[in-house]
Amino acid sequence: MTGWQTLFYKEVLRFWKVSFQTVAAPVLTAVLYLMVFGHVLRNHELVYGQVSYTAFLIPGLVMMSLLQNAFANSSSSMVQSKMMGNLVFILLTPLSHWSWFAAYVGSAMTRGVVVGAGVLLVTVWFAPLGFVHPVWILLFALFGAALLGAMGLIAGLMSEKFDQMAAFQNFVIMPMTFLSGVFYSIHSLPDFWQTISHLNPFFYMIDGFRFGFFGVSDVSPWLSLAVVGVSLGVVSAVALGLLKSGYKIRG
Amino acid sequence: MTVTAIRFHQVSKTYASAKGPAGASFKALDNVSFDIQQGEFFGLLGPNGAGKTTLISILAGLYRATQGEVAVMGHDVQADFAQARRNLGVVPQELVFDPFFNVREALKIQSGYFGVKHNDDWIDELLVSLGLADKAQSNMRQLSGGMKRRVLVAQALVHKPPVIVLDEPTAGVDVELRQTLWQFIAKLNREGHTVLLTTHYLEEAEALCGRIAMLKAGRVVALERTSTLLQAASSHVLKLKIEGQLPPHLAAMSRVTGRMVQFPAHDAAEIETTLAAVRASGVVVEDVEITKPDLEDVFLDVMSQKTCGAAQEAAS
Repeated sequence: MTGWQTLFYKEVLRFWKVSFQTVAAPVLTAVLYLMVFGHVLRNHELVYGQVSYTAFLIPGLVMMSLLQNAFANSSSSMVQSKMMGNLVFILLTPLSHWSWFAAYVGSAMTRGVVVGAGVLLVTVWFAPLGFVHPVWILLFALFGAALLGAMGLIAGLMSEKFDQMAAFQNFVIMPMTFLSGVFYSIHSLPDFWQTISHLNPFFYMIDGFRFGFFGVSDVSPWLSLAVVGVSLGVVSAVALGLLKSGYKIRG
Repeated sequence: MTVTAIRFHQVSKTYASAKGPAGASFKALDNVSFDIQQGEFFGLLGPNGAGKTTLISILAGLYRATQGEVAVMGHDVQADFAQARRNLGVVPQELVFDPFFNVREALKIQSGYFGVKHNDDWIDELLVSLGLADKAQSNMRQLSGGMKRRVLVAQALVHKPPVIVLDEPTAGVDVELRQTLWQFIAKLNREGHTVLLTTHYLEEAEALCGRIAMLKAGRVVALERTSTLLQAASSHVLKLKIEGQLPPHLAAMSRVTGRMVQFPAHDAAEIETTLAAVRASGVVVEDVEITKPDLEDVFLDVMSQKTCGAAQEAAS
């Protein structure tokens, strides 16, 4: 393995060794959401006029779990290594900032996709899903995981302790994912909140992902892909810049 | 032809001070210059806060120098950081570890970062040489402090670097590990590896290091062969074990450690004079010993003097 591949492997091994906490727990949480919301709202009118609420909910939960876990992986790994001081083992190596980025974001994507696939595997039995455009499903899963992995890397680099990272996670990531249309179609919202939702990049990730399943969505998947792609470009550039300058990791 | 293994050229490091008024700064290193040739066993000494770890951190790329140049085997640590780090193995001072892995995994992963493949034979040799063979499958969390320290040494050497930096490797470790470690490091040095050592155990530096630099408040205050430093000190040390309190004028001339008192002395006449002065002060002398000065005497002597400009000039 080359240097970055080793760091990627180490980061995957890190979450896999505690997979009860990092994979099984989020899958269980998503199933509980589905059971509670699916039960309470089972008589909800069809979304887009053709999709049952439970079926509508499943891709949203899959994507939400994928995004939150991709973020959690890179951010918690970075903060933990900084706090424990073992980041020095990587700082002493010849790995470039590109290698760091590829390894941290790649492993975050891996965890996000594994958790997302786990949630899908367990929930797919609750309602019929179309899988109309598998390429869109895969594309949004990978782009979304990469975007949140890179955001997690930035949060991890900027945070000096766990509560700073937790603040980022609880006050930024959680509200943005919850208010992105996981549990509802934004067309059911008042105009003001529809406008607000359109400013949330997480909305486009979930809407585009859902398009892959049902072939219908709130906005065009091409628009969603463009928003997610531009966001990924901007966030990646910031993360690479921080890594190159050694922000808060080299004195 | 000797090759310069490590080169510090006019290195300064200024930190923005967290305390004090805005814009206040603290100069941790001030125009430090010296070279270490390939194959040397070099000691970097100084009291706490002298700048030793800052200098090593700049060498390792953990910190950036505010000014100056640092190179490992001719590779600038910033401009050509990848090559510089491939040539450098650093044992950090802090006892850090990754709790997710066992010893062998940690070493294989560290090899991988440097792109070293099929490294099992060398990893096995490191495990045996550092007394870790029976701990290879143990998780890092299960190891004692001494064992963790050995793993840190193994991690630093896993890519066979020609230049090895040990930042206080024997702080708080038992005699057995020190012996194991020094035998192994001395063997690597005999095989041609360059070693840069910082330590608070001056007897270790005296026994191991061919040349020594002393730092004080971020400046080089001595840079000599170890033997030259020892020769330059007073030729004898008069050690007395006393009962009672030395009068102030005698205490000022000596180094007092509990009941042990040491006076520097250049010749027999000076020894006689000092002894007579002690007797005259009414202090009871229980034991007398005349020895050669050791590195600790030299160190204390150098540190008690004002910053030595000559050393700076000689080094630059």
